Amino acid sequence: MAMITADPKDVPNVEHFAFTPDYLAKAKALMANYPPGRQASAVIGVLDLAQRQQGWLPRVAMDEVAKLLDMAPIRVYEIATFYTMFQLKPRGKYLLQVCTTTPCWLRGSEAVMKACQHAADGETFSVQEVECLGGCVNAPVVQINDDFYEDLDEASINKVLDAFRRGETPKPGPQIDRQTSAPVGGATTLRSE
Amino acid sequence: MPIVKIDGVEMEVPAGITVLQACELAGIEIPRFCYHERLSIAGNCRMCLVEIKPGPPKPQASCALPVADKQEIFTQTPMVQKARKGVMEFLLINHPLDCPICDQGGECDLQDQAMGYGFDRSRFHENKRAVPDKELGPLVKTSMNRCIHCTRCIRFATEVAGVEELGATGRGESMEVTTYVEHALSTELAGNLVDLCPVGALTSKPYAFEARSWELSKTESVDVMDALGSNIRIDTRGAQVMRVLPRLNDEVNEEWISDKTRHAIDGLRHQRLDRPYVRRSGKLVEATWDEAFGAIEAKLKGLDGAKVAAIVGDQCDAESMVALKDLMAALGSPNVDCRQDGAKLEAGARGGYIFNAGVHGIDSADAILLIGSDPRRESPVLNARLRKRHLSGHCVIATIGPVADLTYPAERLGAGPASLRDLADGKLGFFEKLKTAKHPLIVVGMGALARADGGAVLALARELAEKVNAVRADWNGFAILHTAAARVAGLDLGLVPGEGGRDVEGILDSCEKREIELVYLLAADEIDTTRLGKAFVIYQGHHGDAGAHRADVILPGAAYTEKPGIYVNTEGRVQVGQRAGYPPGEARQDWAVLRALSERLGKTLPYDTLEQVRARLVEVNSSFALLDRQAAGTWGQFGKRGAVSDSPFVSPIANFYMTCPISRASQTMAECTASRRQLMAAE
Repeated sequence: MAMITADPKDVPNVEHFAFTPDYLAKAKALMANYPPGRQASAVIGVLDLAQRQQGWLPRVAMDEVAKLLDMAPIRVYEIATFYTMFQLKPRGKYLLQVCTTTPCWLRGSEAVMKACQHAADGETFSVQEVECLGGCVNAPVVQINDDFYEDLDEASINKVLDAFRRGETPKPGPQIDRQTSAPVGGATTLRSE
Repeated sequence: MPIVKIDGVEMEVPAGITVLQACELAGIEIPRFCYHERLSIAGNCRMCLVEIKPGPPKPQASCALPVADKQEIFTQTPMVQKARKGVMEFLLINHPLDCPICDQGGECDLQDQAMGYGFDRSRFHENKRAVPDKELGPLVKTSMNRCIHCTRCIRFATEVAGVEELGATGRGESMEVTTYVEHALSTELAGNLVDLCPVGALTSKPYAFEARSWELSKTESVDVMDALGSNIRIDTRGAQVMRVLPRLNDEVNEEWISDKTRHAIDGLRHQRLDRPYVRRSGKLVEATWDEAFGAIEAKLKGLDGAKVAAIVGDQCDAESMVALKDLMAALGSPNVDCRQDGAKLEAGARGGYIFNAGVHGIDSADAILLIGSDPRRESPVLNARLRKRHLSGHCVIATIGPVADLTYPAERLGAGPASLRDLADGKLGFFEKLKTAKHPLIVVGMGALARADGGAVLALARELAEKVNAVRADWNGFAILHTAAARVAGLDLGLVPGEGGRDVEGILDSCEKREIELVYLLAADEIDTTRLGKAFVIYQGHHGDAGAHRADVILPGAAYTEKPGIYVNTEGRVQVGQRAGYPPGEARQDWAVLRALSERLGKTLPYDTLEQVRARLVEVNSSFALLDRQAAGTWGQFGKRGAVSDSPFVSPIANFYMTCPISRASQTMAECTASRRQLMAAE
């Protein structure tokens, strides 16, 4: 019987959070998209900015967002806990979101998952099982921070992870010889001039 | 108006209402959990499903669906029954089967509706979810496994109480109702969450495991913790008051009551005066009624009436006050005062001391000025009404007085009488807003009147009201917000100094100067008893509070739950409270004590029964004949024009939870005080 709780208790205590001028400007730009008095509509975007700055969302960051948008803090907590994309616990530098929904699973996401779990140390990599990422044509798919790495198998994911370890950024997209989601091995139709 | 057909019966219903409301008008009860008539519509419990034609071939949530002309509504078809049964099965999937140990048992919406729509066994073979309980303060006990996520508590806290502190975190199976940052709710209306919760997720902490609803006898009464006169139901078991619940009265308290009203009742069990006491060689010793009356008789013998005084407390019933008034008149004393706090109100024109607009009048006000009042502390339910007015829009609110978080925005025009002077002279912008408003409302609190220049402030407020045309034939927007439940009745009965008489301040002064030798305190505890000097003090009341400690003779009386009594609320509405139990030990109803004492003193009061006392009330002031309605207040030249001081208005209530002998004796109120202090410190 799993204990349900949205509020993680075992997170490091962060005393202070403030937007850097850079991020603050971006947040202000988001808020400007909405009429005056409706700035709360920007909450998801501003929370995302806070997460990008901090790496995850400590409570002080949510409080800061609430203050910036003139909302009750609880309204921000509600949103941050609703969306799985908001990380309420610290995570590694690279978040590996492994899709395990049916198409990816049929194409071997289990092996990819195993490789990712093996790599996850909490500092460089953290791993998260996610539902369909919408890249079924290129299954199996792993989202690493903002980019999709596609058409993976055990060997290619390890190659990608190794590159990240070395501090490089491997090229996102299909990891086999394929142009985006075009047929593997080249075009099958419209081949003639 | 649209014409709809409900279960085959055609009827005309008001436009703009929901299908659920239309069904209610037709006398058909629709089961519901999340829908509540005083909260916004959520539509998330899905229990109120009905079949609608024309419409999609599936059941519709009636609470969120507006009625339309030529609509056909079916509430009893097999499709509806099946749909509701399905919803109920889903609700019960995660609901624990702990009704036998649940405080809501017997008055639980889920339990009742499961009788109609529940399945006799479970088809769910997984484990139920487990949710950690939340800490919501000393009044609300949580058992979150039972929560069905109707979100009534969240909507109440956000909309009515005005504290956005509760929310729903997580989603799907992980959804939880929580404050997220474990803390007590910073509202004076938390007890209402317990009433609103349709299941046993939020129950009353002080009442936990105390009683079952079916073993309580229910008595309809009136609250005396503040001057609003909330309508309450007192639930008793034997002699003990187990709990207090609100009664519906749209004109007064709607269906809310404050936490003090609800939870101060454990103070009724502590520090009670259950027998007469007489002070002998400096110590209070137990005595019989005969001995106590004998001591008073001996002291009064040959004493000039001018050397006798009486002060009336804040929670007295009208019957005891009229008896005291008559007794003091018989003794020849003009020194009577019901204004313990020294409020400079006059007993003359009724319009000068009541909330003329009526509490329901707040709903139509479009410019509101609060003078020297913090309604959140002085009457939280009335404050919720002000907030409701703010939320419905097109209303400006301003204050002159203490800085306070009122739960709605209010422009602060100033701190004291000087700003009021400026406003009355039209020097502040808000003057125009009041003047152009259709229904301007000027609320004057005790913070503005219970001070040396109170009379001048009252005159100034009257001047302002007249200047902005707030007092007309069709609307009287001059409103006094009292803090004492007994005050309006006291003024109605004329319990103010007579010819050459002294007010509270004068009485205390004279006591120090030994000009007054005997003081009769009728449950008066909120005075500085050290200033009573060497006077002989008779205390008649129900609690061993400040007054009783100083007394030379104690006559045990009854608390508000233990006597039938008439109370007049701040609007001037005469309301009757019934007796829910008997006073402890030898204590007696207060008017009867005064009647017995008068006989002993050879000045027998001319009434023997409650009916006769009430007839006397009507004789003194005919407004007592109008029950449950507000008699219009006459207007007059009240207040005393004069200089005002510079000192700012201060709300008379420093701690909302402890304002009277009952709440001061209450353990629960002490816990609330501590919890609120902790909360303030954390901020």
